[in-house]
Amino acid sequence: MSIFQFISDFFRDSAHWHGQDGIPHRVLEHLGYSFMALGIAAGLALPVGLVTGHTGRGGNALALIATAARALPSYGLLVLMFFWLGIGLTPVMIPLVALAVPPILLTSYEAMRTVDPAPVDAARGMGMGPAAVLFQVELPVALPLILSGLRSAAIQVVSTTAIAATVSLGGLGRFVIDGLYQRNYETVVGGATLIAGLALAMIALFWLVGRVAVSPGVRGGR
Amino acid sequence: MIQIESVTKRYPDGTTAVDDLSLDIPDGSITVLVGPSGCGKTTTLRMVNRMVEPTSGRILLDGSDITEQPVNALRRSMGYVIQNAGLFQHRTIVDNIATVPRMLGWDRRKARERARELMGRVGLDEALAKRYPYQLSGGQQQRVGVARALAADPPVLLMDEPFSAVDPIVRKSLQAELLRIQQELGKTIVFVTHDIDEAIRIGDMIAVMRTGGRLAQFAPPQELLSSPADEFVEDFLGTDRGIRRLSFFTSDGLALERGPVVAVDAGAEQVARATAAGAPYLLLTDADGKPLGWVAPQDAAGGADKVAVGSLLPYGRPFAAGRESLRDALDCAVLSPTGWAVAVDEQGAVAGVVSQEAIGAAIRSAHAGQREDGPAVPVRTTKAEVAT
Repeated sequence: MSIFQFISDFFRDSAHWHGQDGIPHRVLEHLGYSFMALGIAAGLALPVGLVTGHTGRGGNALALIATAARALPSYGLLVLMFFWLGIGLTPVMIPLVALAVPPILLTSYEAMRTVDPAPVDAARGMGMGPAAVLFQVELPVALPLILSGLRSAAIQVVSTTAIAATVSLGGLGRFVIDGLYQRNYETVVGGATLIAGLALAMIALFWLVGRVAVSPGVRGGR
Repeated sequence: MIQIESVTKRYPDGTTAVDDLSLDIPDGSITVLVGPSGCGKTTTLRMVNRMVEPTSGRILLDGSDITEQPVNALRRSMGYVIQNAGLFQHRTIVDNIATVPRMLGWDRRKARERARELMGRVGLDEALAKRYPYQLSGGQQQRVGVARALAADPPVLLMDEPFSAVDPIVRKSLQAELLRIQQELGKTIVFVTHDIDEAIRIGDMIAVMRTGGRLAQFAPPQELLSSPADEFVEDFLGTDRGIRRLSFFTSDGLALERGPVVAVDAGAEQVARATAAGAPYLLLTDADGKPLGWVAPQDAAGGADKVAVGSLLPYGRPFAAGRESLRDALDCAVLSPTGWAVAVDEQGAVAGVVSQEAIGAAIRSAHAGQREDGPAVPVRTTKAEVAT
């Protein structure tokens, strides 16, 4: 049987479209875990990256932390957390957040550091306060790079969230893990396809956010 | 008036950017801070809007210490223009210009209306209003920068090398535009540049600063050119300061000769009379009195109408009698193949011709006149007219 046969069988089977183990439910679970991890990572990394980038201080420490976090094996971390904390959402969130933090941290730092200093000087000289300078002058210009960091974090997290299934949680990993266990390759391939599809959907999503949120003046100027 | 009172700026590493500087910047005129790099001119400017805080000394604005009001209120009362304009690339041109009015709480419609009005004032086509900065040329961006600084109609304008990054032709037109705007608005402008020519062209008063942040001389441009305070200022002005100083003398007093000017339809008799005026060449004009070119008297002896226009010597660039300076007149004479300059009136018709010798005499008497009267005061109208 070809891989395409597996895929088409998986999606044509009406049993896969209902209930607890149906595709819609698993997709929502998967996205739920992913966005939670992404939200936590952004909440931690964005302020740190923006502030260090703005002041230009602490860049080396930042690079060190990011490199260290990147070296962490997600699955290994998950197993460790699972034995330490038991079943639950927390042991899954920790490796996913650790995965998402480096790209967000590094790009937001870099985005702020590369903002042209001239408009910032002009804004200050015109009497704009520090918060206004950050939100009205620096962030709009830094946004494309910040979004690219969030996008790569999102793609990695969405792909890696599958590991949640190994510690008895839901998500699209269920299809892969259960399929492997039952030697049901149709389900394995189907699940993998869905995960890949979601990762592509992230690219589309961030492209859309970029179109809406980034000023044409910034997009055109690059 | 902005009074800088023994202001010093010393950095923690020991370098002194500005050293005990005192300067009274007069209202309603352009004061230029000029000097080589590292002379503290930009630091001085940035201390006026408190982008840099002085180590000692104080700065007064209309008699009160600038530290007495909140820093952002102070800055909003002073327009600020920097090199490369520093426009906000995510905002349209009209919204860039509306920045300060919006900060001051104007509603969006009124702020944009004001911004559009300013676009006209600085010579920008209103069709550019909805464009973004990257779609504009460097010169246009700099005009937006000036408009943005003028938006809330501040009495003071601080300009930090605003025209340094554009090419010489655009720079000249921006300078002319600034002088024109200044004639209409009469702002108190502090202008920083490293270009002494720019300083002389636009400044009513020029503060020459030397490395180490000390004031070398503070004087109107023609006084600077005629009597530099010391060797440093003299060097900084360059070798042709004598020629450049001529920009400040009008060509009003030149004795223009009409004798050697003949119309193209003049007969032999008129040519003979013109030849008797004693000039080595005759200037032929068309029926409207516009110059055509020079001809040797013997070639036109049979009547000006017999002369082939193609055989005339070019008359070069004429100067506008009375409106352009002695420097322009001299330049025309030097460039003319006959050594005589052609003066034209406002319609472009020949007002007369003048020899290098006569211009030389006018220069000598202008110098003598100035020595008797003492240093002349800057004549704003003369300067703006020359520039436009």
